[in-house]
Amino acid sequence: MTIPTNLKYAKSHEWARLEADGTVTVGITDHAQDLLGDMVFVENPATGRKLAAGEECAVVESVKAASDVYAPIAGEVVAANAEVEASPEKINQDAYSAWMFKLKPDNPADLDGLLDAAAYQALVDSEAH
Amino acid sequence: MPFIPHTEADIQAMLAAIGADSIDSLFDEIPEELRSGKLTRVPPALNEMQIARLMQERAEADGRYLNFIGAGAYEHHIPAAVWQIATRGEFYTAYTPYQAEASQGTLQLIYEYQTMMASLTGMDMSNASLYDGASALAEAVLMAVRAHKSSRRVLLPKTVHPAYRKVVRSMVKNQGIELVEVGYDAERGTTDLPADTDFAALAIPQPNFFGSLEDVDALTDWAHARGGLVIAVVNPVALAVLAAPGKWGTKGADIVVGEGQPLGAPLSSGGPYFGFMACREALVRQMPGRIVGRTVDLDGKPGFTLTLQAREQHIRRSKATSNICTNQGLMVTAATIFMALLGPDGLERVALSCHAGTLALVEQLSAIPGVARAFSGPLFHEAVLKLEAPAADVLRALKAQGILGGLDLGADYPELGQAVLVCATETKTEEDLRKYAEQLARIMSKRREAPPCAYKS
Repeated sequence: MTIPTNLKYAKSHEWARLEADGTVTVGITDHAQDLLGDMVFVENPATGRKLAAGEECAVVESVKAASDVYAPIAGEVVAANAEVEASPEKINQDAYSAWMFKLKPDNPADLDGLLDAAAYQALVDSEAH
Repeated sequence: MPFIPHTEADIQAMLAAIGADSIDSLFDEIPEELRSGKLTRVPPALNEMQIARLMQERAEADGRYLNFIGAGAYEHHIPAAVWQIATRGEFYTAYTPYQAEASQGTLQLIYEYQTMMASLTGMDMSNASLYDGASALAEAVLMAVRAHKSSRRVLLPKTVHPAYRKVVRSMVKNQGIELVEVGYDAERGTTDLPADTDFAALAIPQPNFFGSLEDVDALTDWAHARGGLVIAVVNPVALAVLAAPGKWGTKGADIVVGEGQPLGAPLSSGGPYFGFMACREALVRQMPGRIVGRTVDLDGKPGFTLTLQAREQHIRRSKATSNICTNQGLMVTAATIFMALLGPDGLERVALSCHAGTLALVEQLSAIPGVARAFSGPLFHEAVLKLEAPAADVLRALKAQGILGGLDLGADYPELGQAVLVCATETKTEEDLRKYAEQLARIMSKRREAPPCAYKS
């Protein structure tokens, strides 16, 4: 299981990456896809939807379970990845390139409130015990 | 697969295996104050002889009338083979077996049912059924709101069955969903084009509660042009002769629901019946209930399985698409056999016969002085008649002559005045229609010649 050090993480197992254009890309972590198993369906939020931090905004469904995805920080949805909607298994193949949606953050500094790789690793470890 | 209840020994063995001392102890985590306690108003168990007698008495209390009431539950001829086959031991249970895949025959039957319903409604998918027509509409309202995402308002015309509207209100009133009533044209008895622009869905009944046929194409396109979904509320028998909801307007309806009783379920004092629901493929993950799919096993042989279960309550808990997944398995079994026996041609003959019978009935009754059709325009197998006498009195007088003359609409539609909803299915002969017309003519003329006794005394 991989936890890249250049990303930020939410306790609800989403990753977030600040891009050069100021948007934030969001996906689910390798740990999350590993727990869920083979993905069969992805439902992304509509472009233009304004999300509060922690708001339920997407669904990933595997052969085992359907699970909500939460907005890691507040912002407006500016893009949704149609490629993972068409091929949900891409999340299993590489959770960090198979992004789900991009946000224009209300406040980019909100990213600092998320976990770094070490803190997320600790969270995963604590959930395993 | 046989259905054998647990013996006391089975129960004790299972309790011993999990280390519990009683079944009650399994519910320990539910606080005492939340438990219902003893159900004191439920009578004690009866033995078979007692229960058979009680049920016989209740059935006889319903009487044996010549029935012209429809209003959501319809008297159709049910071929004897339907219940002969449905009550075979392999089918005779009200539920999908919980170890579903062990019952391939049951799953195949539900798969056939889904295929038939999808074909009849012109939709991509059907679920394995819901509780009844009214709760199916409530589920469709919830489903439309989930799918639409931005609006929580649903347009529910007055032309939808009043009981359905009550059930929908009960089921959605505490979920932040606003139901907006839509009026109807006093001339034609069909749904007015609403004035709203912000809504998640419009329900379109076809035929509507008055029996009138709606301009479904115009209503469907109107709703779609404003970004709303279309919920079709249909009679499955009528679909044999009317356009399938999948063909309504430019894009077709999005969700189709209705009462399945006309397909092989007897009236039996009001139930059990079943609801059906079908939808477009794009909405399938929002659809409540169970869905059976066809697949292949490890050896490549075809088989059937429950599919799309990730959205159901045993996995998704409180976020499930529905927590009422009752599959009216036995009724669906009967409906599947009924449809298979009749075929598309047979179902069409039934529908045309109902239509012709009702037209003939309406013609004969509206020729009686003091009786007139309330609405103009096409109908399927029901119509509203206005009476120049109190509807309740006239219906009581007809009942005394062994005729159930229709449903008094006074309570639900006071604006219609003295009005009754009448229906003649294929079970009514010309002689039956004549008998009704003769009795109604006699009752109406007596009321004109001899006014009610209050005037005499």
